[in-house]
Amino acid sequence: MKIAIASGKGGTGKTTLSTNLAGYLSKQYEVVLVDLDVEEPNSGLFMNGPLILSEDKYKMIPEWVGKCSMCGLCQQVCKFNAIVCLEDEIMVFPELCHSCYACSELCPESALPMFPQKMGELKHFRDNHLSFVESRLDIGQEQAVPLIAQTHKYIDEHFNAGFVRIMDAPPGTSCPVIEAVKKVDFVILVTEPTPFGLHDLKLAVETMKALNKKFGVVINRFGIGNDDVISYCKEEGIDILAKIPNDRRIAELYSRGELIYDKFPEFTEQLERIKKYIFTLN
Amino acid sequence: MKEIVVISGKGGTGKTSITAALSYLGGKDVVVADCDVDAADMHLLMQPDFSNKEKFYSGYLATVDKDKCTNCDKCIEVCRFDAISYVDGKININELNCEGCGYCAEICPEKAITLETRYVGDWYISKIKTGGTMVHARLGIGAENSGKLVAKIKNEAKTIASSEHKEIILIDGSPGIGCPVVSSLSGANYAIMVTEPTVSGVHDLKRVHQLVKKFSIPSGCIINKADLNDLITKQIKEYLELENINLIAELPYDETFTEAMVNGKTIVEYNHSSLKCKMVESWEKIK
Amino acid sequence: MRIAFTAKGTDWNSKIDSRFGRTDYLLLYDEDKKKIETIDNRAIANEAHGAGPQTAQKFIGLKPDILITGNGPGGNAALVLKRASVKVFIGASEMTVKEAYDTYQKNLLQEQTL
Repeated sequence: MKIAIASGKGGTGKTTLSTNLAGYLSKQYEVVLVDLDVEEPNSGLFMNGPLILSEDKYKMIPEWVGKCSMCGLCQQVCKFNAIVCLEDEIMVFPELCHSCYACSELCPESALPMFPQKMGELKHFRDNHLSFVESRLDIGQEQAVPLIAQTHKYIDEHFNAGFVRIMDAPPGTSCPVIEAVKKVDFVILVTEPTPFGLHDLKLAVETMKALNKKFGVVINRFGIGNDDVISYCKEEGIDILAKIPNDRRIAELYSRGELIYDKFPEFTEQLERIKKYIFTLN
Repeated sequence: MKEIVVISGKGGTGKTSITAALSYLGGKDVVVADCDVDAADMHLLMQPDFSNKEKFYSGYLATVDKDKCTNCDKCIEVCRFDAISYVDGKININELNCEGCGYCAEICPEKAITLETRYVGDWYISKIKTGGTMVHARLGIGAENSGKLVAKIKNEAKTIASSEHKEIILIDGSPGIGCPVVSSLSGANYAIMVTEPTVSGVHDLKRVHQLVKKFSIPSGCIINKADLNDLITKQIKEYLELENINLIAELPYDETFTEAMVNGKTIVEYNHSSLKCKMVESWEKIK
Repeated sequence: MRIAFTAKGTDWNSKIDSRFGRTDYLLLYDEDKKKIETIDNRAIANEAHGAGPQTAQKFIGLKPDILITGNGPGGNAALVLKRASVKVFIGASEMTVKEAYDTYQKNLLQEQTL
């Protein structure tokens, strides 16, 4: 089973839910939690267990061989402004490059061969029945999608369907989110019962519908705000999997980088509901 | 004219609620620019009238003229993004996958593929409830915020500010540390960094401050939910001192922010004297 | 000396554009010939990404020795400027081109190391 945890905006409790759900399920199942928020992965702050593997991840970028006729075709075909032809030099800006290969393959003199360039790092930790994989983009790298795609591939190669695979997706509704949820069976959308929460939930729901994904909602900080998120879900026929209570103590535990489920029966109860729900899905 | 930008690195720190409160205090003397386009929520508190709407185009999208196409498959071979495949026996481009690199259009022997600028969303100039003006945008699914869109919103805000003789532009900056936030900061006179005392909050504050430093923009910090973790709040304050960042305010963990939001109000319109007081003091320091 | 400015317009009284990559105009003053040359850079608004290096490319086509600007170029643009050994002076936001030039001559602008 492959599940993604996503949200329309940041700061709704996506990481709190994914780390705790993973920890809770690992009492009974083999679980892997994957942090796909590659620009700012922080699930790791809540995870223990030794590092068992670390590998550099690469994207392909063109490198100028140092000599050519300076015809300028490469700069002309690059729609991402990643190439600048100066008087006697061709400069490539790797972080702007989308690895489309156009400049490299169209160059009449083969002066821009593609080479792997490090874009980030994947780390794999293991603590008993809970594995944790995170990928982190190097500073200055802007293309999250290729690293997310490679992380999915790593998961498919190392964890078979016997594992509960939980993907912590980046926030928002843009390309990295789409890449993160592309290959999952079910998406849990985390929201807050506030006007901001509802507004961003609607955007996330539209995105899931456009992608033909099955999804449900978990309401975090339940008790603050109002009932509009509940009414919206009812009208749209969206299942609400759980309601995590609003409690200052949860925010305090989070601020210290601690897990919550083993300290809070009310919270554990909600995780149990999510577990029941996702294990009855087909 | 003074350009003030509010940024935070990560989401959920209360950046937008704080920016909205400052916008309210600025009243009709400020032009508000919502550059947090990925989670553009400020309109929920400022009640814009969406009076002036325009389409926004960014990047490219390949389109196929099916009459000219001979199904030679060359485009499929060169596309690195799995964006081209057959649907009902015809070449089809998957809009969500297409990166707009134009390689297919470049090599198509029949010139059947053209590259068109991509419609990604709309941007608006609105009157808001304070009598001020707000420039904001809404993007479609899969569309990403960009330096271009942020520059556009800021430029419109500046044009309005100079024609209406407004002294201050207040910008709700983009999250993260990528191109949009660089564009949010570029040209700003002052940056307000909003953070919270959590392990990830501190981390993000430092990252975003690296950027601010690079642009040599004077900056101040608002610590939201400061009493949530005294130890980390203390660490943040030490960092601020070390880096010569002005501590603008410490706001307590307070659910009144949410209550106000539920009522479509900023915290300063709501009946909460101590928070309101802190926001008023902050605004006096900043403006 | 050939001194370049990022500007909002095309003459001495134009304001400095504090941005480098997305500046409206590039303005070059040739001290020997006492002449001004300009480049209209406003089309850069159409570029979603990579404005910095694009502008830098046009900029070094002017063969300047010195750049006077507001916030200073971003990392990518700085790489291009480095190739052309241009000295960069920042902090001229809010000034007119003339004021910026005078301030520079009095040695009151901060030099940015690329």
